[in-house]
Amino acid sequence: MSSPLRIFVPVKRVVDYAVKVRVNATKTDVDRNVKHSMNPFDEIAVEEAVRIKEKSPKTEVVAISCGTAKSQETLRTALAMGADRAVHVEVKDDSTLQPLAVAKLLKAIAEKEAEKPDLFILGKQAIDDDASQTGQMLAGLLNWPQTTFASKVELNDKELKVVREIDGGLETIATKLPAIITTDLRLNEPRYASLPNIMKAKKKPLVKFTPEDLGVDISPRLETLKVEEPSKRVGGRKVESVDELVDKLRNEAKVL
Amino acid sequence: MFFTATSRIALQARATLAQRFYATGAGANTLLYVEHKDGAISGATLNALTAANKLGGSISALVAGDAPESVVQQVAKLNGVSKVLTAKDAAYTNALPEDIAPLLVAAQKQFGFTHLFTGHTASGKNIFPRAAALLDVAAVSDIVGIEGEDTFVRPIYAGNAIATVKSNDNVKVVTVRGTAFEAAGTKDDSAAEEAAPAADKPALTQWISEEIQKSDRPDLNTAKRVISGGRGMKNGENFKMLYDLADKLGAAVGASRAAVDAGFVDNSLQVGQTGKIIAPELYIAVGISGAIQHLAGMKDSKTIVAINKDADAPIFQVADYGLVDDLFKAIPELTEKVN
Repeated sequence: MSSPLRIFVPVKRVVDYAVKVRVNATKTDVDRNVKHSMNPFDEIAVEEAVRIKEKSPKTEVVAISCGTAKSQETLRTALAMGADRAVHVEVKDDSTLQPLAVAKLLKAIAEKEAEKPDLFILGKQAIDDDASQTGQMLAGLLNWPQTTFASKVELNDKELKVVREIDGGLETIATKLPAIITTDLRLNEPRYASLPNIMKAKKKPLVKFTPEDLGVDISPRLETLKVEEPSKRVGGRKVESVDELVDKLRNEAKVL
Repeated sequence: MFFTATSRIALQARATLAQRFYATGAGANTLLYVEHKDGAISGATLNALTAANKLGGSISALVAGDAPESVVQQVAKLNGVSKVLTAKDAAYTNALPEDIAPLLVAAQKQFGFTHLFTGHTASGKNIFPRAAALLDVAAVSDIVGIEGEDTFVRPIYAGNAIATVKSNDNVKVVTVRGTAFEAAGTKDDSAAEEAAPAADKPALTQWISEEIQKSDRPDLNTAKRVISGGRGMKNGENFKMLYDLADKLGAAVGASRAAVDAGFVDNSLQVGQTGKIIAPELYIAVGISGAIQHLAGMKDSKTIVAINKDADAPIFQVADYGLVDDLFKAIPELTEKVN
């Protein structure tokens, strides 16, 4: 048996997926005074790490979040799902925290740890900025292999095999740890945290850093000039029958 | 020794100056990464080229792979391409980002590219952020508009807000939403061909296999007509009704996440925030309620039709034509009547 695995799982606190976001009055951002929760792809990442731990119990799962003080709620959720400890990189305002900066913070945390991680599992994208960049950037900075958009992960000792979702189908990639995985929706069904586990999570260790502690410059490279509502569709017209539908498509919309 | 060191510094300084010059004065100097498979250029690359053409300046196209000759000839004739860089090496066959990203970086360093463009596809998304990190610059994902050499428009929050962002980096690494730009056409003359610079091929990963869904129907990304089924289809067999209608209309078939998760159809058919983002002339949503995440993938379609028995389904708020009816009755009838 080889040495136990150490898996780092970055999680992001985002506007809940079911919230219909609205652009704020100054057109600089969306209104953030709404329900937040863990980015859905990150829940899948935590679940996958915890499943690996369930197979090889010596595995350590470390949840990491970069954001305001409220990110600690997201970290507690990850701990309640089964992560062992948490790292919080606190910033005052996370609205300008961008993927390159997060990737650098994650790399710095990996390097600060006494024992290096074997695996990072991240979500494939955050549902707020929809960037889909952080995992790939982190892999580039660390010069590690990346297996993105994973729908199946097989780990045998330090050998990793990942089935990836690509345009038109699936692709299988093999590599060795250390490596980066980013999760697609199909990878697993995340568990709900039970009440006893939520209580236990409050006692699990959570350490805090600032970007300055880690020596990382997080100033944004992209400046948001404005944020607008998308153009509205004028939908809502109903037809009474298939005949009327065919007639409208043929003679009004002229798409048949 | 002293002199060598000094001249090297001088050369580096000159390279930096050249980059700044491109970025501010002489227009863009763009590298288009060409995605290709089985001898065909990806449609998304053609859309990304149109976006690159909007920047002005010059465009070089990079073709990497083990046998790209026919692809190189096609690329050389594309509108706006002034040079084709080729990297013929078996290491590039499967577009593994660990090998392609250093190639992009080497090309950027040699030619002082100010912009790197490609399609926002599974492949583009995989490679470009890695290359951006190696260059220590931001990546700009999934742009739908270009307002200047450094200013881009992109949807956020599943398309529920549109952000205009300005990049302050000297190299802009950009992936382009295919449906937001026309496909680039061809020209009569051919651009010159040149070997791409050599780059590290760390071979950190090994490509094992792929499983591509074969279909005679048009490609979902580029089809002019799309028919999608959701949870209301009840099972995979019932999708045959949609295939029959699709075949009659020459349409592609898509699906909502609910239909994919329930195992009715393959993942690659998913339309939405995390699946394909499409904008056909006609989109017919069948038994799809219209969750935010699904709308993100289809609301730029020209004409949207919804067929659903729930009159309150949110899909009706975006549909140009809505039919409140049982799909098991309406679809066969529609298939019969669209002749």
